Amino acid sequence: MTLARLDFLVGVASAGAASAASTVTLPFQNGTRPLVAYPQKRPLIVLTPRPPQLETPFAVFNESILTPNDAFYVRWHLAGIPTTVDGATHRINVHGSVKRPMSLSVDDLRTKFAPVEIVAVNQCSGNSRGLFSPRVPGGQWDNGAMGNARWTGARLIDVLSAAGLKDSVVQIRFRGLEQPVLPTTPPFVKALSIGDIDENVLIAYEMNGQPLPLLNGYPVRLVVPGWYATYWMKMLSDIEAIDTIDENFWMKTAYRIPNTPGNTVAPTDTGYPTVPINKLTVRSFITNVTSGQTLHAGPQTIQGIAFDSGKGIKSVEFSSDGGATWRKAKLGTDLGNYSFRPWEIGFTGKPGASYVLACRATTNDGVTQTTVPVWNPGGYLRNVIETYTVRAS
Amino acid sequence: MRGVIRIAALAGALLILGAAASTVTITLPSDGVEFKLGPGADLATANCRTCHSAAYVYTQPPLNRKQWTAEVVKMQKAYGAPIADSDISAIVDYLLTQNGR
Repeated sequence: MTLARLDFLVGVASAGAASAASTVTLPFQNGTRPLVAYPQKRPLIVLTPRPPQLETPFAVFNESILTPNDAFYVRWHLAGIPTTVDGATHRINVHGSVKRPMSLSVDDLRTKFAPVEIVAVNQCSGNSRGLFSPRVPGGQWDNGAMGNARWTGARLIDVLSAAGLKDSVVQIRFRGLEQPVLPTTPPFVKALSIGDIDENVLIAYEMNGQPLPLLNGYPVRLVVPGWYATYWMKMLSDIEAIDTIDENFWMKTAYRIPNTPGNTVAPTDTGYPTVPINKLTVRSFITNVTSGQTLHAGPQTIQGIAFDSGKGIKSVEFSSDGGATWRKAKLGTDLGNYSFRPWEIGFTGKPGASYVLACRATTNDGVTQTTVPVWNPGGYLRNVIETYTVRAS
Repeated sequence: MRGVIRIAALAGALLILGAAASTVTITLPSDGVEFKLGPGADLATANCRTCHSAAYVYTQPPLNRKQWTAEVVKMQKAYGAPIADSDISAIVDYLLTQNGR
């Protein structure tokens, strides 16, 4: 076996593309993970089995703009996950500072409220945490804790209107069926301020035209386009209108980012103010190349995806010289501003030459990825320009 | 491929499909990740695995004493794990042997 061939195989294995592999090794220390097919899922990269945290092999993002339900990543916080959920008897209680408290079934959501569709990226707050330098504790994801789906559901604002919010309401607090193992553990609760809930926020009962996989929140989950997935409450069962800023653990202590320029700090910094994590940062990836891969020499197409928090992608640029020069890529199908935006560009590799490929996206409001990585102790918001070292043979 | 299919079959998914909203039942694979033998392994198993897999330890980057102590204290104080104060240093010592720096 030639060295080039060996490189190629390693590249495939580390991307998780080879379904025959029983493990994959992500590109950081302690990054070897089993590949296991959980219920309703194809083999995914197991970060932790209990509670289940499953990463999507990155090659999936090269298959289609919409991430298949059986490949969509999974992230639970607490091990008390119901393994049987009856979609017919499930209820979403709407209560608190409302004029008309309601107990809605999934059928109520389908029949009493206008159905709305939106394609939106769901990205874990900790996506890419394993790539932080210096490393930080937390769930050690590579770049696959994200997915893009077509969500169908009722608008949250329509449900809140039906319940009639009192003037005193400041935030809406959400809870699902996920339970702590111990009664002393804070239940997983998240809250959104009224001003952050627009017409795009859905209570979704379909994902890519199908019921949600149980591990993605069957029968309904909150969909908050443009915001990190921590707010996308799975198995949503409780909507509470509250008159104050929520101060539970998952809002006040966990999932906080520095309230500093660029939400970045130095590892030695202390005492800076923090805010709850909120909107996605702009990112782009090459999806048909993995770092370390040997490409064939000659003309070929490099393809990838880009996304942001909903301004939409204005342009994606590609570099084959580590960012010294850039060329504009061709943008593909537009499924809306909250979706992955595919892109592609031609590239010609010379036999025996090495390249550092890179891509950078710019949003419609002019925000561009940079070469300086964000650092914060939570390992949030990575959006540095990604690079891929390859050679042609 | 065969190994993957076998795991999938063991994991098992029972879907009663049909109506838009119906009962879905799954069987999750067992945890399967054990703390390795060594002084303090019993304490780690008793205190940590109540709520989560040992994979939460082994998938971290190697952490130093200060970082592992912060993790254990976070589990006790923020997540309400009933870890005895007198056990913290032994648990941290064990974690350092497993994934320390």
